[in-house]
Amino acid sequence: MNLFEHSKENDSAAFNLPPQFIDWFSKKGWQPRAHQLELLNNAESGQSTLLIAPTGAGKTLAGFLPALVDITRRPEPKAGQIKPGIHTLYISPLKALAVDIERNLSAPVSEMDLPVRVETRTGDTPTSKRQRQKLNPPDILLTTPEQLSLLISHPDASRFFGDLRYVIFDELHSLVTSKRGHLLSLALSRLWQLVPNVQTIGLSATVADPDDLRRWLVPQNCTTIPLSELVTVDGGAKPDITILKTEQRIPWSGHSARYAMQGVLDAIKAHQTTLIFVNTRSQAELIFRELWTINEDSLPIALHHGSLDVSQRRRVEQAMATNSLRAVVATSTLDLGIDWGDVDLVIHVGSPKGASRLAQRIGRANHRMDEASRAILVPANRFEVMECQAALDANYLGAQDTPPVGDGTLDVLCQHILGVACSGPFFPDALYQEVTSAEPYARLSREQFDQCLQFVANGGYALRSYDRYARIRETTDGSWRITHPSVAQQYRLNAGTIIEAPMLNIRMTRNRGKSCLAGNKAMRGGPMLGKIEELFLEMLTQGDTFLFAGKVLRFEGIRENECFVSNAQSSDAKIPAYAGGKFPTTTYLSEQVRKMIDNPESWDKLPEQVSQWLGYQKQFSVLPKPGEMLVETFPRGERFYMVAYPFEGRLAHQTLCILLTRRMERAGAHPIGFVASDYAIAIWGMKDFGAMIASGKMSLSELFSEDMLGDDLEEWLDESFIFKRTFRHCAVIAGLIDKRHPGKEKSGRQVTVSADLIYDVLRSHDPNHILMQATRHDARAGFLDVARVGSLLSRIKGRIVHKNLERISPLAVPVMLEIGKESIASDETSDALMEEVSMNGDDIVREAMGVDF
Amino acid sequence: MRSGLKTIKDTQAGQPLEITFGGDELLLDPAGILIIKSINALVVADLHLEKGSSFARRGQFLPPYDTAATLARLTALVDKYNPSIIVSLGDSFHDDEASHRLSDSTLETLQTMTHERQMVWITGNHDPSPPSHLPGQCYEELAIGKIVLRHIPDTSYKGHEISGHLHPCAQIQVRGKKVRRACFACDGARMIMPSFGVLTGGLNLADRAFNGLFHSAKLRAYMQGKDKVFPISSENIIGLRR
Repeated sequence: MNLFEHSKENDSAAFNLPPQFIDWFSKKGWQPRAHQLELLNNAESGQSTLLIAPTGAGKTLAGFLPALVDITRRPEPKAGQIKPGIHTLYISPLKALAVDIERNLSAPVSEMDLPVRVETRTGDTPTSKRQRQKLNPPDILLTTPEQLSLLISHPDASRFFGDLRYVIFDELHSLVTSKRGHLLSLALSRLWQLVPNVQTIGLSATVADPDDLRRWLVPQNCTTIPLSELVTVDGGAKPDITILKTEQRIPWSGHSARYAMQGVLDAIKAHQTTLIFVNTRSQAELIFRELWTINEDSLPIALHHGSLDVSQRRRVEQAMATNSLRAVVATSTLDLGIDWGDVDLVIHVGSPKGASRLAQRIGRANHRMDEASRAILVPANRFEVMECQAALDANYLGAQDTPPVGDGTLDVLCQHILGVACSGPFFPDALYQEVTSAEPYARLSREQFDQCLQFVANGGYALRSYDRYARIRETTDGSWRITHPSVAQQYRLNAGTIIEAPMLNIRMTRNRGKSCLAGNKAMRGGPMLGKIEELFLEMLTQGDTFLFAGKVLRFEGIRENECFVSNAQSSDAKIPAYAGGKFPTTTYLSEQVRKMIDNPESWDKLPEQVSQWLGYQKQFSVLPKPGEMLVETFPRGERFYMVAYPFEGRLAHQTLCILLTRRMERAGAHPIGFVASDYAIAIWGMKDFGAMIASGKMSLSELFSEDMLGDDLEEWLDESFIFKRTFRHCAVIAGLIDKRHPGKEKSGRQVTVSADLIYDVLRSHDPNHILMQATRHDARAGFLDVARVGSLLSRIKGRIVHKNLERISPLAVPVMLEIGKESIASDETSDALMEEVSMNGDDIVREAMGVDF
Repeated sequence: MRSGLKTIKDTQAGQPLEITFGGDELLLDPAGILIIKSINALVVADLHLEKGSSFARRGQFLPPYDTAATLARLTALVDKYNPSIIVSLGDSFHDDEASHRLSDSTLETLQTMTHERQMVWITGNHDPSPPSHLPGQCYEELAIGKIVLRHIPDTSYKGHEISGHLHPCAQIQVRGKKVRRACFACDGARMIMPSFGVLTGGLNLADRAFNGLFHSAKLRAYMQGKDKVFPISSENIIGLRR
């Protein structure tokens, strides 16, 4: 794509552009677009601006126009004068995006012969280059939020950023809702402090509420609520989206979409370049594999996901840019604004789980506003068929379901305070003012700020025994300073908010079948393939096979932080169980699916097998109305089941199940298990739930009453494993425990302290500690989706429809098929499981008598 | 792994499992201590007291409550069994200076706990210097009947030995679900105790650190349940090389 696209709508001569630009435009036969000029105009009159445009409007690069113009106009430094520092910072959520932008900027810069030096700085940038950048900064620095945080934590930050004029935030909509966004907003508040006149340019896809982002871009204060300027570009041609037509049977459940592979391959053949998006990395591996099994013409199809080795990813990105691939199977690492050559088709395997997410992913195709993008959705199961249809409908309506920005979290604030301290002494009053200028922290109380400060200083415990080891300390002039240079080193190793599950490198070896643990140096020869979760590898024993980087690999063993594998002979493989990348369906999409179920007229848009399935449900049970929730009870095998259909997403459903089973236990129903899908929940036990409801022994309205979210929730929350996982994240981000660094782990013995143990100690001795507050906040909002459970309970109040059935209903089939797939035991069931395999009474007696020994 | 900190009452409520070892009867308590019945000795391993402050010295502020929490649990078990001897099997303190950082109230707790009973500190790799200012005697090893007690298991020793140091835990899989818990690991000749300190983690029995320590067919993991000890035979433990 080109920097400024052809357009006839404006007269650029009327606009004040430097001659190089006017010449260049006219040589190309182009004119700048209205929104590009408007952005430039705002920038030159000192305003910060949010630019909202659909993908393909050239918005990313439009953001650079003010910077390029301003640098061109800047007088050249005279001999002996110090060269100016960084003029423009560009912040991208993805490393790959920064690299891509560098490539795209180089063409106009060299064609116009502009005096502009552009460089990237990411986690992959070598130390020598970083040091050179410090001494001799480029005019435009393309970087990531993490790198910005590191840069502002250096004592020379004020000098380094002294000449800063613009900060461009790309894909702002995707950054702001995460902890990365919170950290970035705090870094921005620091920049406002260091360079008061710095202006921001936010680039965003269409969002539900633009004012959230407009506040984010300018310093907030307690009296007024300032907004940045807003430039909106309307969408171009409506995309052409279809759902893959298939003669195959669409599965009841699961996420593999194996049934559709021939159809996907046919679509690839019919197009020039296809991007295939999936929701998880394991899905990517599986689909890549499936496509190659039937790819008889050997079309160049590649794989791209975040766990692959970086050199492998770069090769794929290069090949894509030169149009030498026919298709790439990719996860959300490619989700955002990367320019991918001439993609003319996007295939989405699985439901996109949100209307806005679909729009953003489709935007990858074609990349030209005035031509319709082509996209095909491939639902992996029957409920996803309805979700895909709802997402498709929403896309025509332009409905948006991006989440609200929300308040900044305290663990991130703790990290930022330490970063500020590493850059030099600070005064708490001034720093409080500063952090509350960041929109996500505008509502932060002074009390919470002070608690965070105490945490950074000495752990913030009620028992103040660590004062003598403080990391930062108040000095006589009232400023706070770090107590030792090692504090800054520790900060730099742990900065950032992305906490991945512990990962091991995967390395090929030729020494098949020999023990890797023998200390044999020859073992270390092979190439690196990428990284994989330790938890997954723990399940494997030598000789097991799994799918990674498109290959079937044989597990040979683990040494230190490396996992050794060889090429497997078999084609049968276990699939990597990657943890990341499963988001729940948005509230908006769920609601649309509920409406669709109730409205048989809309079924003719659905494939026949799906509309038939819904028809059978109507015949054998009931179809719930959108405002209602259906609860079915039926016996199956030795057990009795209760299945409910809230359609609120897996997270909310899990929370709901846990709370429901507690209540059913109290009602004497003795549930023994449950399973939750994105659409439904199933709870089972040995008692006839249907009869209990019919006889009034168990009341559904009491079971689902709103007070469930009171004591039951609090009590369970504190001991749930979800809470512990959340705590680990908060503890690492806040700096209570160190991140794991590959290669730094000592083999064997644990040198770190398990976050679970720290949690247990804190919970019983300091339950109001700042990290416990942060954890409760996160758990309620994120992992548990408590708000969604709450809105469900109030929505269905008095509107629960119970149907007692003799056998399983058609609608219940998908969730019933999920039973038995969950692999982690909760605490409550652990003892029962150990009991099951523990040696029986006879064994124990024999043992006690010493016969066995 | 331990499933959360228990209250004093919960800690005392566990039902011990009796086994025969080295011609003696042992009671394995689900809270992670054992009793040698013949001389009424309570044995506890790897208390790692002052682990929190040990990390705090290096700028990592773990909660400062671990010593009090660990000793409260130990006191509860001392009250439950009323032993004549308490043996702390090494790594009682997380570092060699840790015993000098104990708070006054902790010292008082130790005084009360050891009142009118014998206290034995076995030295460990974390705490090689005897805590001479504390009540009790200090040894590198101790023999009780046919059983030798030491901190680090001695691979070359052929008799009956009780040790700690490795913090064993075992993982099992039942119908697709996994459970991982701290355990007493024992093959009839060697017994390695679980770690007791509230901030101590576990090391999987499948780790190579355990290589050559056990007769693999005879190995049992006595996994710590909520209020019972579950004896698990080696074929049910994930990852053991046989």
